[in-house]
Amino acid sequence: MPEAILDVQDLSYSFRTYGGEVQAVRGVSFEVMPGEVVGIVGESGCGKSVTAQCALRLNPEPPGFRRGGRMLYKGEDVFAKGERELRRMRGAEIGFVFQDPMTYLNPTMRVGAQVEEVFAGRPGVSRREARSRADEMLALVGISDVARRREQYPHELSGGMKQRVMIAMALVGRPSLIIADEPTTSLDVTIEAQILELLDDLRRKLGTAIVLITHDLGVIAKMCDRVYVMYGGKVVESGGAEDIFYRTAHPYTAGLLGSVARLETDCDEELKAIEGTPPDLFSPPPGCPFAARCDYAMRVCRESPAPEYRLEGGHRVSCWLRHEYAEPVELPARCAPEAAV
Amino acid sequence: MEAIGDAPDRSLFERVGKDRAGMEAIERPNLTYWQDAWRRLKANRMAVFALCVVGLYVVMAVVGPWMTSYSYTATDAKATDALPSAAHWFGTDMLGRDLWSRVWMGARTSLMIGFVATLLNTLVGGLIGGVAGYYGGAVDMVLMRVVDVLYGIPYIIVAILMMVVMEPGMGSLIVAMVVTRWIGMARFVRGEVMRVKESDFVAAARVLGASDATILVRHIMPNLMGLIITNTMMAIPNAIFTEAFLSFIGLGIQPPECSWGLLAREGSQTLSIYPLKLFFPAFFISTTMLALNLLGDGLRDALDPRLRGE
Amino acid sequence: MGRYILKRILISLATLLVLVTVVFALVRLMPGDPFSSEKMTPQVRQNLERYYGFDKPVLEQYLTYMGRLVRGDLGYSMKYANVTVNEIIAKAFPYSADLGLRALAIAVSVGLTLGVVSALNRKKPIDAVCVVVAIIGTSIPDFIMGYVLQYFFGIRWGLLPIAQYKGFAYTILPSVGLGFYTLALVSRLMRSSMLEVVQQDYVKTARAKGASRFRIVRKHMIRNAILPIVTVLGPITASVLTGTFVIESIFAIPGMGKFYVSSVQSLDYTLVLGMTVFFGAFLVTANLIVDVLYGIVDPRIRVARG
Repeated sequence: MPEAILDVQDLSYSFRTYGGEVQAVRGVSFEVMPGEVVGIVGESGCGKSVTAQCALRLNPEPPGFRRGGRMLYKGEDVFAKGERELRRMRGAEIGFVFQDPMTYLNPTMRVGAQVEEVFAGRPGVSRREARSRADEMLALVGISDVARRREQYPHELSGGMKQRVMIAMALVGRPSLIIADEPTTSLDVTIEAQILELLDDLRRKLGTAIVLITHDLGVIAKMCDRVYVMYGGKVVESGGAEDIFYRTAHPYTAGLLGSVARLETDCDEELKAIEGTPPDLFSPPPGCPFAARCDYAMRVCRESPAPEYRLEGGHRVSCWLRHEYAEPVELPARCAPEAAV
Repeated sequence: MEAIGDAPDRSLFERVGKDRAGMEAIERPNLTYWQDAWRRLKANRMAVFALCVVGLYVVMAVVGPWMTSYSYTATDAKATDALPSAAHWFGTDMLGRDLWSRVWMGARTSLMIGFVATLLNTLVGGLIGGVAGYYGGAVDMVLMRVVDVLYGIPYIIVAILMMVVMEPGMGSLIVAMVVTRWIGMARFVRGEVMRVKESDFVAAARVLGASDATILVRHIMPNLMGLIITNTMMAIPNAIFTEAFLSFIGLGIQPPECSWGLLAREGSQTLSIYPLKLFFPAFFISTTMLALNLLGDGLRDALDPRLRGE
Repeated sequence: MGRYILKRILISLATLLVLVTVVFALVRLMPGDPFSSEKMTPQVRQNLERYYGFDKPVLEQYLTYMGRLVRGDLGYSMKYANVTVNEIIAKAFPYSADLGLRALAIAVSVGLTLGVVSALNRKKPIDAVCVVVAIIGTSIPDFIMGYVLQYFFGIRWGLLPIAQYKGFAYTILPSVGLGFYTLALVSRLMRSSMLEVVQQDYVKTARAKGASRFRIVRKHMIRNAILPIVTVLGPITASVLTGTFVIESIFAIPGMGKFYVSSVQSLDYTLVLGMTVFFGAFLVTANLIVDVLYGIVDPRIRVARG
């Protein structure tokens, strides 16, 4: 088995604030193999972005700090690296695509220069080379008339165009891993499809592994080989995309699937929201983070964290319902979201 | 399936379902905007100190002149330009007037002008800006053209000329300041009203059938109060400075009345011989402005909703 | 862009017109008249009034004045015999401009540097020092600063000349005294602007690209943080120039301020009017330049105002 590019082991990450410590990530483990597309799904505030940004140490530190665990990139712990080493990794080893191209692009810098910046200060890449590689990548992500576009400012481009620039920026250094944090959330649905197609296409061409962070199960279904479902700073369920959609094992995942609208008619259940709000991460509940909102919750769920159960084919779930004492439960069967695997 | 250590009690696996109370539990104390602002202001030691200084000066402005038996206008030909002593705590000026009582009488004038002028300014500017911003349209158009034109006029020049035209004194200083400074406040308030007016919660209130007055009072005003208070606070040192400036060049308060600016003017004339006479008013002008600036900064931080929770 | 500039020019002209009219009215409303202090026979007085046009209706005086103004003629001073206002300005303005420019240069360059250094070292001792300097600087009126500098550096320690304006050494105290408040103001503004920019998403993008700290500061932070500072350059110029009024009298510099204050006190109508108009025109132009400049440095505005 090849070595994982990104290997996260029991990572905990917190922020110190006046109200106390916000435990954003509480013992998350996952790995990403070369060339693979891994999805991390969960609602806002579940710790998915914080986890992802740990890979390049992009969280503001302080107030952020690692509470425990490790995050290995190609076998080396990113938390052991100095600023210099991290800088060498950023852009060159791991590329980052952010959510909102409107705010994540510098408004006063021409887009061409922003793409080229990945090479700034890197040994062995001349200005001219940086320029030509930037232009090449801009063309590759589907920007027409690169010669003109590269001289424009972000506000002169459309939303989809800006996200293409972001992607070009993430890819131009030829990283082995791209982390895309909600890359399509701020875009129109039609543009979303184009951007996802582009990412998939680029992965095929360049062999880059992708971590796709989203709250949108449709996006996961379309793109990912493996999926991690996060809730309240923990991974509650993980496995192949088919496992998650067709053999759903965690009530939260089931709830998430139940809240997605679909056009297909053979699944005509009503759309159901998950009642309640995510746990307060200032003082997370001692047991399962989802217990308070879970229809199947047992007393044990509120008291102690659920162990991880390994199901068939790498499918794992952290849920007390798998315990031998628990009354078996049939989670509502759901079809995968549109354009399923 | 993986075994889990010791076999737990079976009763733990009793189904309990959702925890409706725990579902929405938020552990942090729930503070209102003003409570939170007050908490943060109190936590800011500089601001608390500044508040104490301003408070002290205000109290002294009231009681200071009575603490000595010398009237602030009484001259004494035998004790001119005296250094501080047991009799005259801050010394005397060139006419033998007691500087302690003059400094605190001056505090009355300077602080009064600073607070009153700024308050009036906020009222006038806020009202005009608020109306223009809220109703928009032609009213706004006309007003903004007027403001555009007036904004470029150096206010100090107009203030200087107005001071020459009017009888010098506290009232005319206030008038001159309000006439020349309302524009800035109007512009500011208009911009903020426009911003809040466009926000979704105002749209929601309107859809729910709230009247103009309700929207203005219940939705727009509370959202502007923080900014307006901060802005007003920040403008007070400016007003105190303007008073000092005008009195200093001889166009503000006239002797035998006094203000800190006037005392600075008198003190500056004998700077190389009696530097203390400039020192006292200069010290009080500067520390007052310093305290008000610190307080303004503290208020700004405390009232900024974006900084809540920091 | 062209339309925008045209609009700005029209507004500026309107501002000037209002300014001249208001000042004309205020000057005529001043109590007393310029000749009251001098001993003169009624005959002489009448001649003088005719000479300056005071016997005509106010409206006619106004129109005559505006007519001359358009040709750039500000008329004769009433106190300084046979000297035109233009001549006085030509003689005094270079001093004020020199002093003002020096003060502005010091204020903007040092202020920006302090603001950046302070913001980048947030919550460290150096930030605390900068913040204290800035807050003290914005709390001391320029005339007091002038006297403080004059007293210590000039009178007590005898390091620098305390009066007149005859060489580099003479310029130091007045320009520092004049610029200090603005320096502090600029540094405060720049600091908070920088702190705002530090939190911007595009700074995180730059970090994710592996850009060096220096590069991020220079290309992403300062470039964006400086924009709001440009907008206040107009008012800042105005406050520095008005500050010259008192600084000039403290350091006995024969600039505009000295003439202005004395002309107001002696009711020299034409001189007050002329200098105000000149001063106003200068500031209005400065504001105009700043606005256009802002359009150039901020690409977003360039298009929006197109």
